[in-house]
Amino acid sequence: MRELLELLEHDARRPVSEIAPMLGKSEYEVEQDIKRLEKDKVILSYNTLINWEKFGDNMVTAIIEVNLMPQREVGFDAIAERIYRFDEVRTVYLMSGSFDLMVIIEGKSLKDVANFVSTRLSTIEGVTQTRSHFILKPYKKDGVIINDEERDRRLVVSP
Amino acid sequence: MKTEKVFQDRLSPAVRSIKPSGIRKFFDIAAKMEDVISLGVGEPDFVTPWPIRESCVYGLEQGYTSYTANRGLPELREEIARRYADVYETHYDAATDILVTVGVSEALDLAMRALLAPGDEVLIPEPCYVSYQACTILAGGVPVAVPAKQENEFRITPAELEEHVTPRTKVLLIGYPNNPTGAIMTREDLLAIADFAQKHDLIVISDEIYGDLTYGGEAHICFSSLPRMQERTLLLNGFSKAYAMTGWRIGYALGAPEIIAAMTKIHQYTMLCAPITAQLAAIEALRHGEKYMKKMVAEYDRRRRLIYEGFMKMGLNCFEPKGAFYIFPDITSTGYTSEEFAEKLLEAEHVALVPGSAFGNCGEGHVRCSYATSVDKISEALARIENFVRHHKKA
Repeated sequence: MRELLELLEHDARRPVSEIAPMLGKSEYEVEQDIKRLEKDKVILSYNTLINWEKFGDNMVTAIIEVNLMPQREVGFDAIAERIYRFDEVRTVYLMSGSFDLMVIIEGKSLKDVANFVSTRLSTIEGVTQTRSHFILKPYKKDGVIINDEERDRRLVVSP
Repeated sequence: MKTEKVFQDRLSPAVRSIKPSGIRKFFDIAAKMEDVISLGVGEPDFVTPWPIRESCVYGLEQGYTSYTANRGLPELREEIARRYADVYETHYDAATDILVTVGVSEALDLAMRALLAPGDEVLIPEPCYVSYQACTILAGGVPVAVPAKQENEFRITPAELEEHVTPRTKVLLIGYPNNPTGAIMTREDLLAIADFAQKHDLIVISDEIYGDLTYGGEAHICFSSLPRMQERTLLLNGFSKAYAMTGWRIGYALGAPEIIAAMTKIHQYTMLCAPITAQLAAIEALRHGEKYMKKMVAEYDRRRRLIYEGFMKMGLNCFEPKGAFYIFPDITSTGYTSEEFAEKLLEAEHVALVPGSAFGNCGEGHVRCSYATSVDKISEALARIENFVRHHKKA
C-alpha cells in the first residue's frame, strides 16, 4: 500500500493500467485499493502543483507566525479552526518553539495579505501576536524544484 | 584526413582483429532523431544522489586535487572492505587485497593483462558485456564463448562449461546479474560453478557491477563468499550502476594479494590512480548512499514489472529479468535478425534499442532493452514497439 501511495504522491495522474503491473497487482485490485484509501481519507485530494508566476499571476505568499492564548478544554484547536476556515489560509501548522501556529496565506497583493492579517487574523480572540514574513522567491515546493536545469545528459545508446 | 591506406596495416594485429562495437551504428542514427525514445542506454537515468555530488564539491573546496596512493585512498579501501564484510561476510585486507580503479572497465583490462600469457584461454558465458572478448584479445588471450540458453534463464552450467574447457583454459569470466539478459545465478548454480573452477584450477573473474540490483527477493550471491572461493576469485565492482555514478569512472578489484599487486603494477604505470574527486564521492556513497540506492532499486523493480508485462502482452517471448536493468526479449517471431529488428524499429517507430548480437553470437534473435528510463517513456516505447511488431510479424 505504501508503494501505491508513493507512486500517486509523485504523480496522481498515472493510469491504473501502468500502476498495476508495476506493483504486481491486477487493475481491479489497484482500483479497489485507491477507493479504500480515498474513503479512509488517507488520500485527501489530488492537486496540481502550478507555477503561477510563470502563468503570469503575481500572487503574494506570506508565512505568519501566530502566538495564541490557549483556551481551557480545547487548547489551540478551536482557534486554529477559526483560522484555517478562511479560504485565504493555505496551510496551518501547530509548532513547537517561540510561536504557536504557522499560517501560510496567499493573496493578490502585499496589501491584500496585510489587510487580512490585521483585520481578520489578529482580531481573533486568543491571538496575542502575529509576525508576517513575505516570500520573495520559491526554489522548491512540495519536493519539486521550481526551475530545475537538470536533464538527461546520457548518450542515446551505450553498452 | 585520408590516411587509411597508409596506416591500416601498421596497426597492431590485436586491435585490427577486434570488431568495432555493434552499438555505434545505432548511436549515429538515433542521435540525429528528434523524438527518439531510447531503451538502448546502459546506465541509470538517475543523476548521482545529491549528497554524493555535494561531497565531491566540498572536497574540491578543501583542495583535494592531488594524486592518491596507487591503490586508492586508504579510507575508501577500508570502506569497501567493511561493506563486503557486512554484506557478504568476506574478509579483504584494505592494505593488500583491494585496488581502486577507473571503473570496472579498467579493472577488467588490468586483470586480463596481469593474468594472461599469450594463448591462454578465457571461458566467457555469452551473451555478455561487450568488452569481455575485446579485453581478452588485447591482453593476448583467447576468448572462448560459452552460450547460455533462454530455456535455462540464461544461467550457465558446469556441463556447458566442460564442453569448452581445454588445458589452456586459465580464467572463467562471469558477469551476474547479467548485462544484457538480466539473468542472475542462484547459490546452487554458483556452487556448481565453484566446483568446476576448483576441478580445473581456474581463476574466476566475477564482474558484479550489478550486484546491488536484484529483484523479487532474490539476493545477490557474491562469488568470493562461497566456500574456498575467495582466493581464486578476482571480484570486480564499482559505483556506476548502484549509485548512478557512471561518469565518475570509479570501480575496484578485490582479490588475492599477488594478483592485486600485479594489477597495481600496471595501474601505476598507466593510470597512476583513480581521480581523487571520484574517490571522495565513492567514500560518501559507501557511508551514506545506501538509502538512495535502495530507492533507485525499488524504482527499477517497478519498471521491470511494467516492461516485462508489456513484452509478454505483445506476444514477444521473454525471460523475466531478475537483476541489472535490462530485458532481453526474443524477437525471432518477427522473422528479423536482431540487427534488422533494431534498425527497422528505429526507422519506423523511433525507438532505439541494442541488437542482441552485439553481446555475442548467441544473443542473435534477441534485443536488449534498458528499463533505466522513466515510466512514461517505457510506456510510450512499449506502445511503439507493439505497433511495430503487429505490422511486421512474419506469417
